[in-house]
Formats: sequence, structure tokens, C-alpha cells
Amino acid sequence: MKKDEIRIAILRIEGTNCEEESYNAFKILGTKPEYVHVNELSRGLKKLNDYQMIFIPGGFSGGDYVRAGAIFASRMKGTISMDLKKFIDDGKLVIGVCNGFQVLIELGFLPGINTDWSEKPQAALAPNISNRFECRWIYVKKEKNSCEFLKNIDDGKIIALPIAHAEGRFIFSKENEKKYLEHMIDNNQIALRYVDPNGNYEEYPWNPNGSLYNIAGICNENGNVFGLMPHPERAFSRYQHPGFYRNLYEEPGKKIFKGMVDYIVKKF
Amino acid sequence: MVKVKIIVSYKEGVEDPEGLAIKKSLNLLNFNNVKNVTVSKLYEINIEGDSSSVKKEAEEMCDKLLVNPVIHKYKIEVEKI
Repeated sequence: MKKDEIRIAILRIEGTNCEEESYNAFKILGTKPEYVHVNELSRGLKKLNDYQMIFIPGGFSGGDYVRAGAIFASRMKGTISMDLKKFIDDGKLVIGVCNGFQVLIELGFLPGINTDWSEKPQAALAPNISNRFECRWIYVKKEKNSCEFLKNIDDGKIIALPIAHAEGRFIFSKENEKKYLEHMIDNNQIALRYVDPNGNYEEYPWNPNGSLYNIAGICNENGNVFGLMPHPERAFSRYQHPGFYRNLYEEPGKKIFKGMVDYIVKKF
Repeated sequence: MVKVKIIVSYKEGVEDPEGLAIKKSLNLLNFNNVKNVTVSKLYEINIEGDSSSVKKEAEEMCDKLLVNPVIHKYKIEVEKI
């Protein structure tokens, strides 16, 4: 498939943000991104099947009432979840950033332990351990994982990305914690982990929300559903990097986006 | 018509950062006997139906939206109004 044929649905609902950054990122990479409101899908005005990738951006969907991501997830559950399941079964990419990650967890598509879609959430993104909205740049380490589209970043590479969330503490229920975590490690489902600048897995503030096992980003067992708390679209251009004036021309977000686009070009 | 009260709180062992922050503030205000604070959410829902069917419906609401069973537990109270 050629780049300019790739159609990417950037899902929207009231309270979504960062969709413009994401749109621009995909546009710059030569694909055809489109804003798609959930209502357009539920009313049949647009069809998920027409897209090769779904991108669920960050924000405060539905005002973050009940729990972050819960309203967005329930709106999708009630309308398009079967279509979404088929989309995922077809091997197409579904990416959730920040609030989008919370939505994928609430929907049960992530972490997807022993199943591709669990009826009830298997994990939770609970309020940050600091009880604050953490909005700053952090370091994550790319782990060995099953996401094909992250292969262009070397395993063990430390990258800086911005975060902005109040509910990002990835946890399992106490009774399943050990079992599920081991399962995720065995299946290479942990893609990104919070580290200090030297690559050590440290506690708060390096682990900004107190996540279990310093988890920042995970994928499902097949590696085509990926959720992460940091915002790659806010680290896409060198001008967005805080080190820009010190000639630090890093574009970690661009690598992640480019990987996704290249993956679709190759696969479809 | 009945009123359903759904109280959603964290399960035992799940850290409650909001509760910890409130406890700290209360201690700083010299409420030194405060040993633990937990924060719960109360939903009050007016709904048509009889008590038993409404309770079942409320449980479904919890399953589908109000509760993440990984971290939350809930209690349902039904009141006639």
C-alpha cells in the first residue's frame, strides 16, 4: 500500500485534545488522516473498515467523569465495539495515547491477557500516586516487545517524551498482579518503561504516576493494539523538544509515528 | 419511583492518593487523631421500577460504566421516594 492511500481515523468525542498534533503528524508523513467523531461511526456515516489505523488521542473525554476514559469507552461499547473487534482481528493498528490508553484499558482490548477482548477491564489506570496532574517531560526505555512498528527504535534506547495526566498508574488487582505481570513479560507486551536519565528503573518522580513495574506503554499479544501514557505527537517535531535551543534535535515522536506508517505500507 | 444510591470506593490495598492528601491536610490542621481517610463516590439515581429489579439494573450500571472491578468495590442502597 502506498503512503498516500493510508487512511487513518483520529477518533473524537467531546473533550478530546491533541488530535490536531496527531493529524499533522500523520499528514507530514504523507498519509491521509481524518477526524472521525464516534457519533459518525455509530450513525453509520463513516465505516471503520475504510481505515487502516485508528488513533485515539489524549484529552479529557466526557469530562473525565466517572473515571478517565470510562465515558468514551462506554459510548464505544454500546455502538461500535464489534466493528472495532473485527478491525483488531484483521491485524490493523489501534493506538491509544494517554486518554486513548485509558479508553483501550476500559474497553478491555488492553492488556488482552489470554484473550483478545475481555468483557471487563483486566487492568486499571488509577490516579497518580502523587495525587497531582503530572505535566512534564519524562524518560522511557524501549523494551523488547512484540510491536512490529516499534522495531525502528532499538531495544534499550532511552527516549524523552512529555506526559500530561492525572490518572496513569497502571495496576492490576492484587490477586492477579503477579500472574498477569509475568504473562505480559513472557509475551513481550511491555513496550515502554519509565526510567531515570541513566536507564535505571526508579520510583517517583522518574516513575511519574507510580505504575506497576514502571509501565508506560503496553501492547496486546499480537502487537497491533498499543497504548501509552506519554504523548509522542507532542514530541514529533524538533521544535517541540525542550532542548531545541540547545541544539538537541531529537524527534522521538516522529520515530514512533513513522514506524506505524511504515508498518502499514509493508503489511497492507 | 425509587432512589438508588451507589457508593463506589477503592478496594482494600489499592492506594487512594486523594485520601492520603486529605489525611495530610487534616493532620496539618491539628486533627491529629485522624489516622486514615478514604474517598468514595456517591451516585444518586432516580429510577422507575420496584426495588428488586432496580437493584439488578444498578449492578449492571456498575459493571458497564461506574466501576472498574480491578480497583473498585461498590455498595447499592435502594430507597423508596
